[in-house]
Amino acid sequence: MSTTHPTRAPHDVRLAASLPPTPAPLLRVRGLSVSYTPPRKGTHLGTGAALRDADLEVRPGEIVGIVGETGSGKTTLARATVGLVAPAAGEIEFAGEDIGGLRRRARRAFRRSGQVQLVFQDPLRSLDPDLTVTELVREPLDIAGTLSRAERGQRVAESLRLVGLDPEAVADRRPRQLSGGQRQRVSLARAISTRPRLLFCDEPVSALDVSNRNLILNLLDQLRTELDLAVVIIAHDLSSLAGIADRVAVFYRGRIVEQGPIRAVLEEPAHPYTALLTASAPTIALGHEDRLTPDRLRPDPDRPAWPADLGCVFAHRCPFAHDACAEQPRSAPLPHAPQRQSACHDAVVWRERLDPPHPQKESA
Amino acid sequence: MASPRERTLAVTDLQVSVGDGLVAVQDVSFEIGRGESVGLVGESGSGKTLTCRAALGLLPTTGRVDGGRIVLGEGPQAVELVGARRSTWDGVRAGRIGAVFQDPASYLNPSLTVGHQLAEQLRVKRGLRRRAAHDRAVELFAEVGLHDPAAVFHQYPHQLSGGMLQRVLIAIAISCEPELLIADEATTALDVVIQAEILALLRRLRETHALSLLLVTHDLAVVAESCERVLVMYGGQIVESGPTAQVLGDPQHPYTRALMAVATIGDWGRRRLDVIPGQPPAAGEEMPGCRFAPRCPVASAACTAGPVPVTDLGGGRTTRCVRSILDEAVPA
Repeated sequence: MSTTHPTRAPHDVRLAASLPPTPAPLLRVRGLSVSYTPPRKGTHLGTGAALRDADLEVRPGEIVGIVGETGSGKTTLARATVGLVAPAAGEIEFAGEDIGGLRRRARRAFRRSGQVQLVFQDPLRSLDPDLTVTELVREPLDIAGTLSRAERGQRVAESLRLVGLDPEAVADRRPRQLSGGQRQRVSLARAISTRPRLLFCDEPVSALDVSNRNLILNLLDQLRTELDLAVVIIAHDLSSLAGIADRVAVFYRGRIVEQGPIRAVLEEPAHPYTALLTASAPTIALGHEDRLTPDRLRPDPDRPAWPADLGCVFAHRCPFAHDACAEQPRSAPLPHAPQRQSACHDAVVWRERLDPPHPQKESA
Repeated sequence: MASPRERTLAVTDLQVSVGDGLVAVQDVSFEIGRGESVGLVGESGSGKTLTCRAALGLLPTTGRVDGGRIVLGEGPQAVELVGARRSTWDGVRAGRIGAVFQDPASYLNPSLTVGHQLAEQLRVKRGLRRRAAHDRAVELFAEVGLHDPAAVFHQYPHQLSGGMLQRVLIAIAISCEPELLIADEATTALDVVIQAEILALLRRLRETHALSLLLVTHDLAVVAESCERVLVMYGGQIVESGPTAQVLGDPQHPYTRALMAVATIGDWGRRRLDVIPGQPPAAGEEMPGCRFAPRCPVASAACTAGPVPVTDLGGGRTTRCVRSILDEAVPA
């Protein structure tokens, strides 16, 4: 199948474009912590901190992938960035402006301006079933209130065309009358109608099958070039992300444990959790005996249990945890690759402490 | 397709329609041997879910089996499931087929503890007393890899993560010692670490319980590591089948190739994402020949000249492509 997108530039050109001189970041998050309701005793409800001490930068025209398990703080970061939740600590700077510290009215005005937009996982649940496609795509423009009626109409048609839908064919349909892939395109058209500078996509492809998944991801890639968008994609499919993102940030239990250029991070993880992720990803490349298997990255079952809240967030599942891990490591640049960061005391050396493979032992 | 093992499930010429007689599954035949794992792969709308729902007797209200046979077991134990009575189904579902689905939370009662829901199965279906059902439930929770199973017994669904809930559902599904476990997109909603753990659990249960597994998924990569044989479905038909390693190593149908190109290959260095152009045919859409022809990169006039039969390639492999009949290699 030779079906790459025609507008996609060869990768070396894009690599060169994403290397220095680096433009000023569009989004700069520093030391961000977000807390929901404090834990209630005995109910297991409310975990307190949802995001702790997160640092992340997104530059214009860049695609940043975010991976991590449920409840690791991915969505919380998105919600804080679009102004849906107020941070407990830290700074969020968008285009040089501090938006984390905005007061209520100013925060609402920022949200309504549509400079940052959010796309959700399940378009069937996030799109109002009673509205037509035209109404859905026009709504953010009505809220922003900066364009005239005629301009809004034009913008809707233009946005639909940008996501590859024929405005005349779909204008009067409702979400139920569209296929899954078409619905997600409508979500995208809705998100880009205000011409945002940053798009936050929260699991945009998890509800789609593989072919549609790649279609939507390619579309995001095309939009970032055509509209000079910065895109953050939250996803759990590492391989699809590898085909599109420039950088990746790995979340675990409210912390960013590793980040850097996607290929380097996935091919040679500097954090044991990232290694567990890549080792667990299914593959059709059979016969890779040298591939790290998940069971080599799990702690010895006979090891005394690590206290759940002590030190490093990953220590309780980390086979390499030792005394130093009782203190949460700070995210620090790797000595040999300063554009990468890892929050692991042993970022460089854990690999040397891997046990030899034992193929027949497999724990579930 | 003859399997040397004892047969657990034999589906022959199955035809399923939905709505107003729209044919959604046609001409589907396959077998699953005892302890064998078979993957059923295809895009949304390929008919894979309808096929497995037909084997569970759980078709949507508008769905109907129009023809074919679905036989569970062999010899005196054999049961014909097409047109089976309610009482037959009760017996089959109580002890011979188990199933797990994509969204575990929606299959559990949110107001009862998960232990209660498993123990209830054991009391109703296995006739165990309360105490014995509790003990067996804790054993089963331990077997599916839940830590501290005695504590999990007393927890409600909202207190458990998606991966743990899926383990609970697997425990419920295997509690009746079924011959066949059907997993319909059971790992799709989970993150990769949990997905790998659940797939490893299914592999282990298959070995320890001589369980046959039908794994339904849209992701070929999931099948690659967990299934001995694979069935590729497209537009309501099986277009290719055979031992997984051979099908993936040397796919004979262009659709299988297309699926491999879009699947989650473990290549972190790739900088392009393939797509399959066009849309799959809708249920009931009449097509003169190969149903994949409009999207096929190597289609020719012969593809749409008439119905394309299944070709037996030997070694347990089949394909439904005119090139195999004409003995032409499929261009890469």
